[in-house]
Parts: sequence; C-alpha cells; structure tokens
Amino acid sequence: MPPETLSGDDVVHLATLARIDLDADERELMAGQLSGILAAVARVQSVAGSDIPATSHPLPLVNVMRPDVPRPSLDTEEALSGAPAREGYRFRVPRILEED
Amino acid sequence: MSELLQRTAADLAELLAAREVSAVELTRAHLDRIAAVDGDQDRGIHAFLHVDDAGALATAAAVDGARARGEIVGRLAGVPIAVKDVLATRGMPTTCGSAVLRGWVPPYDATVVSRLRGAGMPILGKTNMDEFAMGSSTEHSAYGPTRNPWDLERIPGGSGGGSAAAVAGFEAPLAIGTDTGGSIRQPAAVTGTVGVKPTYGGVSRYGLVALASSLDQAGPCARTVLDAALLHAVIGGHDPLDSTSLDEPIPDVVAAAREGAGGDLSGARVGVVRELGGAGHTAGYDPDVLARFTESVALLTAAGAEVVEVDCPHFEYALEAYYLILPSEASSNLARFDAMRYGLRVGDGDPGATAEQVMSATRAAGFGAEVKRRIILGTYALSAGYYEAFYGSAQKVRTLVQRDFAAAFERCDVLVSPTAPTPAFRFGDKLSDPLAMYLNDVATIPANLAGVPGMSLPSGLAGGLPAGIQILAPARADDRLYRVGAALEARLLAEWGRPLVPPALEVSV
Repeated sequence: MPPETLSGDDVVHLATLARIDLDADERELMAGQLSGILAAVARVQSVAGSDIPATSHPLPLVNVMRPDVPRPSLDTEEALSGAPAREGYRFRVPRILEED
Repeated sequence: MSELLQRTAADLAELLAAREVSAVELTRAHLDRIAAVDGDQDRGIHAFLHVDDAGALATAAAVDGARARGEIVGRLAGVPIAVKDVLATRGMPTTCGSAVLRGWVPPYDATVVSRLRGAGMPILGKTNMDEFAMGSSTEHSAYGPTRNPWDLERIPGGSGGGSAAAVAGFEAPLAIGTDTGGSIRQPAAVTGTVGVKPTYGGVSRYGLVALASSLDQAGPCARTVLDAALLHAVIGGHDPLDSTSLDEPIPDVVAAAREGAGGDLSGARVGVVRELGGAGHTAGYDPDVLARFTESVALLTAAGAEVVEVDCPHFEYALEAYYLILPSEASSNLARFDAMRYGLRVGDGDPGATAEQVMSATRAAGFGAEVKRRIILGTYALSAGYYEAFYGSAQKVRTLVQRDFAAAFERCDVLVSPTAPTPAFRFGDKLSDPLAMYLNDVATIPANLAGVPGMSLPSGLAGGLPAGIQILAPARADDRLYRVGAALEARLLAEWGRPLVPPALEVSV
C-alpha cells in the first residue's frame, strides 16, 4: 500500500517530474491538501477484487485508420502564429541539453 | 430588456424563417444585452471572456442575405450562440480560463465550432470557465469569476459557469459547454437552465482542449429541452478528425423532445438511484433540493411512467475513482503546455536557461493553484510503484460503475437523481477546501466514468435559488433524455405557470 500522506519533499519531487516550480508556501499547502485528498480516495484500493478488469475507456474503441495521402494542413505562418519566439520559419526554443 | 431576448431558440428560429426578425437585429439585441449586463471581472455577470461583435454581425448579415436570396439555410441559422473558451476558434482568442493561454488565437476551428459556423449561427463570443475545466464554480478562472444571474454573490457552477450564466442571464439563447465530471449539468442546475452531456463520442472532441480524454464531452446549454435538442442535432455526429467519435448517426433528439412535450410517459420505466440522495444517502444534500426532486419524480409518475428505486452500490466510490483518473489524464494532457510552440513563455531572458527550466518557470507562472494541485496529484497516481494502487484501482471501480449502470438499465429506460446536492453557494465558501468543492460533482461523475448521456433541467427553487434534476440514459440512447426531460418540463411549466427566470433581469453594471 502506498503512503497516504505526502511530505513537502515528496511534493518537490513530484513537482520536478511535472515541470512546475513551486515556492515554499505552495509546497507546504499542497502537501497538506494532497494528503487530505489521498486519504479521501484511498478506499478505491479495497473496492474491487483482482477478478475485476480495469476499464480505461467508457466505450470499446477500435483503431481508426485513414489513407496515407497528402492533404491540406496549416501553412508555416499559421503554425508559427502562436509561437512565443521564432527565428525565421522555425520555433526558437531554449537549449535542450545541459552544459557539460 | 428586449422581449426578443426571452424567446426560446426554437421560437427565434421560426421568427427568422418567417422573416419577422432579421439575424442582424437578433444578434445586435444580444450584443446590446451583453454590453449592458456582462461587465467585467469586478462587476456584472462576467459570463464572457471575449465578445466578437464584428464576427457575429457578419455571420448574421450573411444569413440574412442567404435567406433574402431564397437559399436553404440551417434550422438554427441566425440564432446567436456563445461558446465555452475551451473550444478552438479560428481568429478568436481561446484561453481555457488560463493565464498560460492569455491572448492565444488558434489557427483552426474545433469541429463543434465549424458545425456552428456551417449552421449559420452567429458566435457572440467565448465564455468563462474554471481553468482548463477544473472546478465547480468558475472561481478557478484566471480572469475572475462569473456571477450567477440569480444572485450575483453566488457561483454559477463550473466549470462551464460562463455558458450557463450567459443563457440564464439572457445574454445568449444557446451556448456550448463541455462536461468531464458535470461541467455542463451542475452549472445548468444552479442557474435554472438545461444542459446535456451527450453519449461519450457523440460530439466531436477535435479542437476541444483536452482535460481528461476518456471523460470529456461537449454538449448543449439552453433554456428549454427542445432548444438543447436543436443544438445537439447541429453539433452531434461522426467526425473523422476525432478517433473516439462514434461512427454512427445520433438518435433523433429533436423528434424525441417534441414527442415528450406532450407530457405523456406511458410505458417509460424510470429508476430513482438510491445512492444519489435516496434513503440512507442524503448526507450533504440540501433538503429543499431533495424536496424538488421528489416532487419531480411524482410528476413523472403522474405522466404515466413506472417509477422504481434502483441500487447502484458502486456509485459511492465514483467520486474517489474520478479524482484519481481525472488528475492522471490531466497531468498527461497538460504536458503540452511546455512553453515551446504556443502560449506563455517565462524565463527565456537568461541565455543559460534550459528548455526544462523555462517550462517549469512558465507552468509555475501560468497555471493556477487547482491546476497545479491536480497535475501533481496525477503525477503521483501514475508514478512507478503506485500506479496499480491508485490509477489501476480507480479503473476497476470504473468497471464496477459501468456494471451498476448496465444492471439498472436492464430494469429501467432512464435513471434520475438530483443534479447537484445543493443550490448555488457563495463565492469563497469552498475555495480553500478542494474536497468540499469536489463533492458538487458526486451525482454527475458516474455518467462520465461510464460514458452514458445525462441531462439536467430545472426542478424548481430551493430557498429562492434553482435546483436541478438529472436524467441518465444508456449510451447511444440520448433521445430518451429528451423525451423524458421534455415531458417533465411540460408538467413543471404547467404547475409554475411560467418558466423560472432570475428575479432581477435588469442587472446593471
């Protein structure tokens, strides 16, 4: 059974995974709130036996295919219209590798 | 207030078709109403985040021109509509109530929006909502709350409080909402309007900014059951751009609404769900809400329906399962807000900053507290080691909820319950306690988990504020909601003598 309370450090770790910077106040508030929510939802673990299958989707799904042919799409200017930064006809992004 | 504004969409469509009123005149009347009562984040109803006067009037003029030339136009052509700000609108801002998308103008239309445009419906603007549809009050909007036209000090429900308030406040005859755990039905209940969550896959999700993809569904907001049906018929049906869209025609919901309006439900089997406000399960439910519900059930019996009580024993775990499934899916869906291709970017000024640091700073600045809370909860529920205990267990509860529905629908054509446990609460009452806020959705969530359609319509007043009754039907049988809903609506109207309208229509800002 997983722990039902989260510490401030747990929240920091999760926030790092989720790519959200949190300040100290947010960390403490959220640790308390999330612990409360986890305690309230913990009983789902004891409701269903191992014979009950999981349902990921409300209605049965089948894979949907379409012909692999070219069709109209957004042009470059439209695709770049919401870019926070651009360079020529490309999205400009911060560097993705740490310096070594 | 112009008398025109209080007419139903069905009536307006007839007036337009008979050329007794022009689409431009009608659209202008609604834009004037919005200007008079909508205000801003500090006053007025504040249902709208963006109003598109020019675009709406241009659509209206085009419809008037087409009618003048004798061209065939859609049934609702010229009837204005408001669209929840979670649906992409080409050339019109789409924020999802979040600072992370402030000022973003999508380069394409959601399929629902394309269908509204194709139907000749002038789009008045975009309506306010809890950020990324997470909430039951619109208090989680980054742009300030929407106020309930029945009492401006109270919440209009959420997340689609803007759409419901626009319709309740006569700012729009129709609106589009989306419902992941009750975000169409609960706002309808607390604003005295009609809202429908169609069968999962019944309305395209293409261009609907995803919250929880296995739960999200767009649907109509209206003041009458027939109006909701007319709009449902416009937006529903298969869309190849959404791979979860049902590849089959939607039932004839308009015919069902017209049939039901006769008030005869002979032969219909109605199940009252004991676990949603019934004996032994009334904790948290307002007594007046329950009284209005009981009276509505009596009217269903009077209409000839056979009413029985049914047990859905796993519904009491639905809320818990939902608050694991939804954050899990949301934490994945909202990863797209990475500050790279659109939306806010923070921390880019430092040339040494990495993409990861920019993303983390942007999400810290751009997301509100509830969104952060749910993303982090979902990250936890999906983490290695806990996945089976949380997400896996919740998915099994989902199976049990579906089985409860299947068993109940063997005995009944539709199920009923109160929509929301209480009338509209005051701003701030539940803001500091996320769990108290989540309880608003206790009766609406099972339908999302199982993918079945649900409707809320007004059942009367509880302490002077609207209460709602929820009708649920099996997947793909949305027409049953409309038949039963229209019959109940007709009988309630006969009792009341007139529709429920907010006491102070002349809201001023």
